[in-house]
Amino acid sequence: MSIKIGTTAGRPEIEISGSLGLPELEQARRRFAQIPFAPHATLDLSALQRLDSAGAWLLLTEQARLRQEGTDLTIASVPPHALPLVEVVRANLERAEPATRPPLTVATLLDRLGRQVAGAGTFLRDLLGYLGIFTARLLGALRRPRGFHLTSLVHHCEEVGLRAVPIVALMAFLIGVVLAFQGATQLRPFGAEIFVVELIAISILRELGVLLTAIIVAGRTASAFTAAIGSMKMREEIDAMQTLRIDPASALILPRILALVITLPILGLVADLSGLLGGALMSWAELGISPAMFRTRLIEGVEPIHVVVGLVKAPVFALIIGIVGCRAGMQVGNSAESLGRMTSSAVVTAIFAVIVTDALFSILFAQVGL
Amino acid sequence: MVIRIRGLENRFGPHRVHEGLDLDMRRGEVLGVVGGSGTGKSVLLRSIVGLRRPNAGRIAVFGEEMTGIDEHRRAALAARWGVMFQDGALFSSLTLRENVEVPLRGVEGLDPDTRRALAELKIAMVGLPLDAAETYPAELSGGMRKRAGLARALALDPEIVFLDEPTAGLDPIGAAAFDRLMRDLVQALGLSVFLVTHDLDTLYALCDRVAVLAERRVLATGTLDDMLAVEHPWVRDYFHGPRGRAARRSGPVAPQGR
Repeated sequence: MSIKIGTTAGRPEIEISGSLGLPELEQARRRFAQIPFAPHATLDLSALQRLDSAGAWLLLTEQARLRQEGTDLTIASVPPHALPLVEVVRANLERAEPATRPPLTVATLLDRLGRQVAGAGTFLRDLLGYLGIFTARLLGALRRPRGFHLTSLVHHCEEVGLRAVPIVALMAFLIGVVLAFQGATQLRPFGAEIFVVELIAISILRELGVLLTAIIVAGRTASAFTAAIGSMKMREEIDAMQTLRIDPASALILPRILALVITLPILGLVADLSGLLGGALMSWAELGISPAMFRTRLIEGVEPIHVVVGLVKAPVFALIIGIVGCRAGMQVGNSAESLGRMTSSAVVTAIFAVIVTDALFSILFAQVGL
Repeated sequence: MVIRIRGLENRFGPHRVHEGLDLDMRRGEVLGVVGGSGTGKSVLLRSIVGLRRPNAGRIAVFGEEMTGIDEHRRAALAARWGVMFQDGALFSSLTLRENVEVPLRGVEGLDPDTRRALAELKIAMVGLPLDAAETYPAELSGGMRKRAGLARALALDPEIVFLDEPTAGLDPIGAAAFDRLMRDLVQALGLSVFLVTHDLDTLYALCDRVAVLAERRVLATGTLDDMLAVEHPWVRDYFHGPRGRAARRSGPVAPQGR
């Protein structure tokens, strides 16, 4: 491409030859900026060989710019091959009014904050709504067991319960090992090694066993619920169920949450046992506390109430994880991106809610003196 | 000749989709590719644009052999064609305008304002309202997504456009509007179009030539009038069926003067 700028009788004459398109755009724009000021100018395109829509856009926007500066640029002798393109671009440029964004002010920031707060309120109300749906469907199923999806319940018990046993047991075992090891190093200077049994037993039975199980299950299962329900929502399967008079809440939500409520306490118990096992093994290896002594110490020193205090939280955690996961699934829109976003938000929300609830339980148990 | 295919073979396991397929596409023509379900229309398109490596045969685009070409040459060639996928295949995390800007980001020395203006021009050219430019694909209807996909395919002013079922899933009015839009753009931008379709109306409205895929090869090529004379059961049923007759009566859309 070459752009020649000449002057005839005080009137600038610009001639473009060769190809004018996207690759030459910036170079051409710089050349156009060099056009000397005059009331009239001519642009000769007769030697133009190739023009693409970016080139045509440049010619027309530069013409408009020059007009604003007081130069009337006449575009002359457009070659026939480029004429339709110039016309189409001209027609569409006239329509193109650039959209303006509203400026960022304190008011818009306040507005955004307010919406987020209101959104958090709706979120909590939503969760409560799903709890209500779950309870209503559960009562309905108790009254009329025929309509209950038993196969589905068993399937989900296997998915969220049985298949989580290895990871939960391994995790709790390692936690027991770590507790025994840390406890041993801290207690040995005082000669109080034997108290490591109480340390392990109380912390695992009361808190860590169930809490860490719930966190693992939240990561594993809340995301799985959201992904499964969300992808059904995305492909309109849930709408199809409704038109076929199948209640999505009974078919999808009830078996999933119920499976969690049934299996999470069992998983918590598995975690307790395997945590104690890990602790006992480590105590034996590190401190020479024999398994028999560990057992005696455990039975004498640790009250059974600690197990109850730990496991009573499990069904509540299960409800929270299940409701958060199912709600996030039902919130998925029709894009794959929203599925991904809701899945990760379900996991984060479930874990956060589990920890907050655990803290509330601690306060409650401290108040009632357990 | 912009596309030249000789002896193309595509296999999926023991199942042969193409065997000894030959096809030519000339510069500046609109070539319609038709065929029953499972005759490998989309596989053919994917083979040409390099999304699938054929099991055998040669494909030349712009006179350059595509098999065994190095990545740099391939990328340079790919800038000279655009592909519009069935449902637009827009990037769901980007707004419509950002979608159209994606190919423009590869152009060196293009400042962001220009890029934005060019993207908006392309969005206007495919007949989308400009307030749609800042929306996300999920908020748009199927017809608008297809148009947006076309705007992205046209972003670099390609010489060839590949359209995969451009009117599938559109209502008849939307489909006719899309046909008209394509006719205008083909004329204004001097495009060559490789059009995979089922839609007889689109065929009659747009195509200069038709290639029929059947029996794992191109069974016949020629104008729509030539197709009427082809003695093959599928081709007969397709072009002489009630829908074929109706589409023939309505004929090509008149290019709109703007």
